[in-house]
Amino acid sequence: MVEWTDFERATIQGIFDKMEYEVVGPAALCRCLVVYPWTQRYFGNFGNLYNAAAILANPLVAKHGTTILHGLDRALKNMDNIKATYAELSVLHSEKLHVDPDNFKLLSDCLTVVIAAKMGADFTPDVQAAFQKFLSVVVSALGRQYH
Amino acid sequence: MSLNETDKAVVRDVWAKISKSSDAIGTDAVGRLLTVYPQSKIYFSHWADLSPGSGPVAAHGKKVMKGIGLAVSKIDNLTDGLLDLSEKHAFQMRVDPANYKLLNHCILVVIASMHPKEFTPEAHCALDKFLTALALALSEKYR
Repeated sequence: MVEWTDFERATIQGIFDKMEYEVVGPAALCRCLVVYPWTQRYFGNFGNLYNAAAILANPLVAKHGTTILHGLDRALKNMDNIKATYAELSVLHSEKLHVDPDNFKLLSDCLTVVIAAKMGADFTPDVQAAFQKFLSVVVSALGRQYH
Repeated sequence: MSLNETDKAVVRDVWAKISKSSDAIGTDAVGRLLTVYPQSKIYFSHWADLSPGSGPVAAHGKKVMKGIGLAVSKIDNLTDGLLDLSEKHAFQMRVDPANYKLLNHCILVVIASMHPKEFTPEAHCALDKFLTALALALSEKYR
């Protein structure tokens, strides 16, 4: 089981308490599709992803970005058992969506960058460490069902 | 995934905008590397103080950013331009090249937090490509 310090729990809760899901979610997914273009392979039916401007304007991308970010709420509510919490989603991503699990890390790096841009100086090294630890636990849980 | 002319133009453009705060960026990035990826501390066991913002951290951050500035000026041929630095990292310091990826990520996080308007998705993409190419050039002499 993952051990969380009081600082880590409070920090992560604090970030999500102030989260603008409809801004951050789309921003993170758009950034992932632009910075790591091979991730576009999973969004063949999303319409125009031709360039950065098209991706940023695409309503399906925006909607999906928000959905993904809300998916992290599950981890937030079950921090002491993230592994079990994501068992079903892990099966979905591996068996149905066939997402290469390396991509989870790419998206979580983009989310970290978006949060850093939002929080500025408040995104201290300790806050970054806590946030990245949270994301890496989720990424690990999502990758568990792959074999 | 080599740098095209657009990438190089974007990198030069962003560097021109952020280079005046390069010391602060370097200090912050190195501090973050040591905090977020504590395994990187092994390379600095000879420092008296490994905390973010400390003297040795700031000095090293400055050095790193000087190297990045050099790389920007040699962007048309990073391998040749960074040969000396590559030898130093390979034979003297023996830094595991996996760490370059970690420091690159920290540099991008710092730029995002200090210059959110400049750090558009396109700028992020070009800088990520550049730093990846830089890390590769730095690893050139390893074997």
